[in-house]
Amino acid sequence: MSLGEAAAGGASSTPGRRLRLLPWAPLLTILAMLAPVAFGLGGTLLPALGWLPALGGHGIGLDAFRDLVAWPGFPRAATLSLTTGFAATAVSLALVCLVCAGWQGTRAFTFVQRALSPLLSVPHAAAAFGIAFLVAPSGWIARALSPWLTGWERPPDLLIVQDPYGLAMIAGLVAKEVPFLLLMTLSALGQVRSGQSVMVAQALGHRRTTAWLKIVLPQVYVQIRLPVYAVLAYSMSVVDVAIILGPNTPPTLSVQVVRWMSDPDLAFRFQAAAGAVAQLALVVAGLAVWRLLEFAAARAGRRWIERGGRGCGDAALRAAGLAAAILVSLAIGLGIAGLAVWSVAGFWTFPNLLPDSLTWRGWARHGPEILSAASETVIIAGAATSIALFLTLASLEAEHRHGLRPTRRALWLLYIPLIVPQVAFLTGLQTLALSTGLAGGRVAVILAHLVFVLPYVFLSLSAPWRAWDARHATVARALGSGPDRVLWRVRLPMLLRPILVAAAVGFAVSVGQYLPTLLVGAGRVETLTTEAVALAAGGDRRIIGAYALAQTAAAFLPFAVAILLPRLLWRNRKGLGHV
Amino acid sequence: MSDATRDGLRLEGLVVSHGGHRLLAIDDHVRPGEVLTVMGPSGSGKSTLLSVIVGTVDPAFAVRGRVRLDGRDLTGVPPEGRRIGILFQEELLFPHLSVGGNLAFGLPPDLRGRAARQARIEAALEEVGLTGFAGRDPATLSGGERARVALMRMLLSEPRALLLDEPFSRLDAALRAQVRDLVFAAARARGLPTLLVTHDATDAAAAGGRVFEIGVPVASG
Repeated sequence: MSLGEAAAGGASSTPGRRLRLLPWAPLLTILAMLAPVAFGLGGTLLPALGWLPALGGHGIGLDAFRDLVAWPGFPRAATLSLTTGFAATAVSLALVCLVCAGWQGTRAFTFVQRALSPLLSVPHAAAAFGIAFLVAPSGWIARALSPWLTGWERPPDLLIVQDPYGLAMIAGLVAKEVPFLLLMTLSALGQVRSGQSVMVAQALGHRRTTAWLKIVLPQVYVQIRLPVYAVLAYSMSVVDVAIILGPNTPPTLSVQVVRWMSDPDLAFRFQAAAGAVAQLALVVAGLAVWRLLEFAAARAGRRWIERGGRGCGDAALRAAGLAAAILVSLAIGLGIAGLAVWSVAGFWTFPNLLPDSLTWRGWARHGPEILSAASETVIIAGAATSIALFLTLASLEAEHRHGLRPTRRALWLLYIPLIVPQVAFLTGLQTLALSTGLAGGRVAVILAHLVFVLPYVFLSLSAPWRAWDARHATVARALGSGPDRVLWRVRLPMLLRPILVAAAVGFAVSVGQYLPTLLVGAGRVETLTTEAVALAAGGDRRIIGAYALAQTAAAFLPFAVAILLPRLLWRNRKGLGHV
Repeated sequence: MSDATRDGLRLEGLVVSHGGHRLLAIDDHVRPGEVLTVMGPSGSGKSTLLSVIVGTVDPAFAVRGRVRLDGRDLTGVPPEGRRIGILFQEELLFPHLSVGGNLAFGLPPDLRGRAARQARIEAALEEVGLTGFAGRDPATLSGGERARVALMRMLLSEPRALLLDEPFSRLDAALRAQVRDLVFAAARARGLPTLLVTHDATDAAAAGGRVFEIGVPVASG
């Protein structure tokens, strides 16, 4: 600020030394995101081809792939990756379209928005545990229906969670991806004047839902294509949700790769690398197929529009959309409630809806471990978020000061870490770390989290940052303030809320990371997420409930701060628009 | 500041182009206390001209010629060193600062001491009939009150020239004449060369000075 003050007095135009670093911020940001992905992919590909000197692999060949294909579970695991990924993405997208098509601009839509938005911060693992508790044979759904409807006097012997078709896993993914896609769609809707378009189409005699699907969807889809690809790639290769809700014998391909990576017999590393490459290939093929489906859907859609039908079943479609949205928020909401109840449950007889007794014993016994995992989680998330926020603000400010234009290609770069499957490059990073002796540090984990935190922080902050009326800066500078003073005294305070929200998003993303913590931390860095997922196999609901609840709280509390703090600080400032 | 150094605002052979396409050209001298009105349809580059003078022009525009204020060449001088005040169509009061905070923002740092600065702000508010408004949230002011605060904020920074980017077009007719008269009177009283950009003929007539028409509309403006 002293710099700005000095420049304000005179006509000095030489920028300080610090300013000259600013133009490098965007490049540094891209490097922080993409260098680990690139090195990781290399570190996966080489051992897959047999080259890993640390483990005595010097030859180049396809032995690892031969071993992979020889694994009897391979066809099933690969198929599961495709089916669960496509089903979860298609269902999520369809639900989001139905809700928006049927209800955009209504009060119910505002309600749905309010109900679904907070779910975004719930970590995948916690949501998956919550749903697992809900649908399990001894879960709330079975209890609510027993014995009057089902006749069950004790929990039935049914494989609902971890079913061989991955249906529970698909449900878990849908519940988490619907809020994400809805938020992305909402921000896209603002750009295409959807309300007016629908009104015009309605004036031409189309019903609301069909009008939206015919007119708005084609425009919106272009805007949300990258997020949809990210959802597809994520759903095809997710590990933590698959461990909790997915099938076991065999598991999905990504889960199997992680099992091989953690095998004490290091020889399995080659096979793991080959599996990771196969997972990458599957995702690339999946994206290509999805692209073809887009073409086909566009063709069919054009024909549908040209036929000029005015649509039917409007009421049914609208009802289905709303019901699905409510179901999603209930599934996660009740799931979290279930986690909370289980964490303090004593004896809990079936089919009672509530435990016979409550006890803090679980929390008391595991309190110290939960606390230590929570502090590790907060340190890592705090560090990764701070770095991400700094790089993002520096990049955006560099863009502003040097007149750089955000390009379509830059947007693609942001999505690369979200589209390349985690397992494909994180295994490579672990292998590289193993070869260089750097594995297992907290710093390495922070840098790995940064790869995923950065895109979300950037995506969350860039829109409000760029939407800020730059004439405020012109006025402030004409009043004698240098660029630094404008940044610190005008822009940052005015954008306090979106900055805090972006930080909260970044924090939640870091809290939810399972695979980067596990693989880059070499199993030695223990966060709430790694501990909770590790407990999945044991099946002790009381401990799982406690860990998953702590994980949810860690992800959610920063959002509460992000919303409450500006209200407190700017309570007498209506112009900042959050009173 | 002696009157000998008061030469006003000179636009010397100013040519602004975008991608090899000439957007506007102007060569003029706005004397202290004089108002030059620049008129033209939207897209004709009026706002670009202002951004050239104030020093915030987008690097995508190529600028030839120079801007002089009271004899001083402003080429390469950052906006904060130019001493050119600007008023936009919206008041752009900083929403996180109180009315007094907004005025203090532009008050030069060489006026020292809390009490002295506060007294200066109170006096400025009194001058425009807003006595006791220092603690108010700008969002609670009426349109006319906001316009007056924006004017005083700009004047407190002691500019030596004044740029007006359609500053009255959002006010309703009665208020519009009132605010317009206040701004022009303030500019005349302080002997500020003033450049008014507008597409409204009544604004131009009220300004009473020369009118400069710029170019045919182009898409990139």
